[in-house]
Amino acid sequence: MNTTTSGATRDKVARSLKRRYAAEKRFQAYGIAAIALALMMILTLFVTIFGTGYTAFWQTMINLEVTLYPQDIDPDNSRDAAAGMIAAARAKGIGLDGDAHLLDPRTAKQQALESDIATLSELALGRPMTADNPELIAFLKDRFLPANIGDEALVKDSLATWLGNEAGAFNRAIQSADYLRPVKQSISDLFPEVTGRRDKRSLYEIVSPGATYVLRDMVLDNPDLIGQRISVTVPMSDDIDQLEKGAIKAELPESARRVKDNQIAWFERLKDRGLIETTFNTTLFTAGDSREPELAGIWGAVVGSFFTLLVTLLLSFPIGVAAAVYLEEFAPTNWLTDLIEVNINNLAAVPSIVFGLLGLAVFLNFFGMPRSAPVVGGLVLTLMTLPTIIIASRAALKSVPPSIREAALGIGASKMQSIFHHVLPLAMPGMLTGTIIGMAQALGETAPLLMIGMVAFIVDIPGSPFDSATVMPVQIYLWSDSPERAFTERTSAAIMILLAFLVFMNAAAVVLRKRFERRW
Amino acid sequence: MSTEQRPVPTPTIGIPLMTDGTPKVAARNVNVYYGDKHAIRDVSMDISQREVTAFIGPSGCGKSTFLRCLNRMNDTIDICRIDGRIAIDDRDIYDRKMDVVQLRALVGMVFQKPNPFPKSIFENIAYGPRIHGLVDHKSDLDQLVQSSLERAGLWKEVKDRLDQPGTGLSGGQQQRLCIARAIAVQPEIILMDEPCSALDPIATSIVEDLIDELRASYTIVIVTHSMSQAARVSQKTAFFHLGDLVEFDETEKLFTNPQEQRTQDYVTGRFG
Repeated sequence: MNTTTSGATRDKVARSLKRRYAAEKRFQAYGIAAIALALMMILTLFVTIFGTGYTAFWQTMINLEVTLYPQDIDPDNSRDAAAGMIAAARAKGIGLDGDAHLLDPRTAKQQALESDIATLSELALGRPMTADNPELIAFLKDRFLPANIGDEALVKDSLATWLGNEAGAFNRAIQSADYLRPVKQSISDLFPEVTGRRDKRSLYEIVSPGATYVLRDMVLDNPDLIGQRISVTVPMSDDIDQLEKGAIKAELPESARRVKDNQIAWFERLKDRGLIETTFNTTLFTAGDSREPELAGIWGAVVGSFFTLLVTLLLSFPIGVAAAVYLEEFAPTNWLTDLIEVNINNLAAVPSIVFGLLGLAVFLNFFGMPRSAPVVGGLVLTLMTLPTIIIASRAALKSVPPSIREAALGIGASKMQSIFHHVLPLAMPGMLTGTIIGMAQALGETAPLLMIGMVAFIVDIPGSPFDSATVMPVQIYLWSDSPERAFTERTSAAIMILLAFLVFMNAAAVVLRKRFERRW
Repeated sequence: MSTEQRPVPTPTIGIPLMTDGTPKVAARNVNVYYGDKHAIRDVSMDISQREVTAFIGPSGCGKSTFLRCLNRMNDTIDICRIDGRIAIDDRDIYDRKMDVVQLRALVGMVFQKPNPFPKSIFENIAYGPRIHGLVDHKSDLDQLVQSSLERAGLWKEVKDRLDQPGTGLSGGQQQRLCIARAIAVQPEIILMDEPCSALDPIATSIVEDLIDELRASYTIVIVTHSMSQAARVSQKTAFFHLGDLVEFDETEKLFTNPQEQRTQDYVTGRFG
């Protein structure tokens, strides 16, 4: 009797076993399929981005022989006059620092303001004068400078302006000189047979307008180049660059592409002459934004992102941790605490653009903070990341075993001591993870920053959190929106750089966590 | 085990109140409520100095709750409410003027599960003296750490690895570390909440010997599930049942000649 029952049980178990194992196998197969699908999507994403973007790290350049004729760069020969004025001013004890090519008119004016009217007028008219001297007033009026008899401040300011203009004339001249002419001349010299305005214009178009900046920087660096024939490497225009990279196809009919047939022919001849080279695109990493793709860089956005995240981190980490510690450890359990808790959880789910609108209404319109500034971006992103950090920190505090609190309380530590000496160090890895996840989220955030004006076209690299700036995701958005073909690859390259930063931050999170955990 | 409670607490059998000498701890008409639950019902007892007093009873009988009243660890539980009077050296510990930090420095505690701080062995011991400002110099602190570990019988085993994490010790060593940590604050009373329940028999016997030695200098109250342990280490034993202090007497008398039927049933293993 007994054996038959157990035998029947054994058979039943054996039959069900097969079914149970099949179910398990099926479940595993579903899991593997899901993971494979996810991996494939990520792979597709990466292949697309890398495939489109890797060419952006290279730039087609041309070697040009440029002659910097003095009549182009400094037609008035202001160099000697400015140097003479600087020397004369220094002899009178007016401290003008820098050589003639470095001395900006505005800087010179500021430095001249430290002197008095008598010294300045002695420099201008050969003898010391007072503010009510009609001769001095006439001198200034002749030079279209404001001057009123007896108005010391105005006269002094005008005199300083005059001195600044004289001493900074050379600097201004080489800053604003027409560098385009030598570049055009140099290109023309390569193709002397090209005549006619239209042909010449399309010939000049194959070189980037950025060539002029290269020349200007060289001259500002070393004014002795004026009058010399120099060899410079300058970027080709974005369309020629795209042609070389294959993004613009020469096989297409001329009307269907941005590069004309004759431009292609010229480019081919330049290549044959060995004047074309491909270099690493340092501009992409060092420059701010630009309308010209070959001059545009991500660095302005990187610095903007850095300042924004710095403000976010400095605000959200201490506030988030303090709030979490209070709510978790000190707050009494009542309806108010429950209400706050529910609302924090709700805030985490609020669309980020709403925080942008809030920032616009509160920080910009009510408090009148600067538009497009990382400090405001940081404030808005703080609002957005706070719930994430608070929730993660509370979870980390909750996961600290109560036995540690009891141990500390049991030997007479106050509540504060038990939290700060024992609970917080144990919760810190979890808090840091939550913070870095929040930061990574903030790094990729675009919508709220559009609302507070960080979407502006900003060429300069921000120097502080109060300067106008944009951030990396917004830069990506701006580039993706630009019609130039060359911005497509730069968009992908910017995404790659952003991803690199995200990977770096996550790695930092892992390392930090390991470091803290090693202290048991 | 039944959870029904008798409407009226039964009076304690035995000698709950001392007839001669002054008690170290005097509890009078203590009631503890967890929300609506009446966890301790009208308990009055005296705990005498430099003796080991054991609390026994089935799970949920209130013995741990009562123990935790003695150093106000129940304060951390929001829904817990206590009335009655508990005095240590004739000072009411639930008085407004009584500072809970000071109380806990006076009444050390060892928990059921060894809970060393996740810090070095040295730091585990040094933490208490440091926050209370018991020592002024590093050398004094070293001395105190050594003497505490020696008294807990752990010094020989750990003296070469004081900078190693306390959590890396074996269970029995961790529990002795916790005892050393409690001793380092130089308390007068040590509460032990089932200190050996997570230890193997060898570690248990080491800790029991230790308790026996510590009796000379401290008043010890120990909660235990093991009746043989209560019989081995304690001088007096209190039997709790469903929140009542049923019987409190000399350990020997309670185990050999219990006056109350429930005590008899419990110590002979008929329920529990």
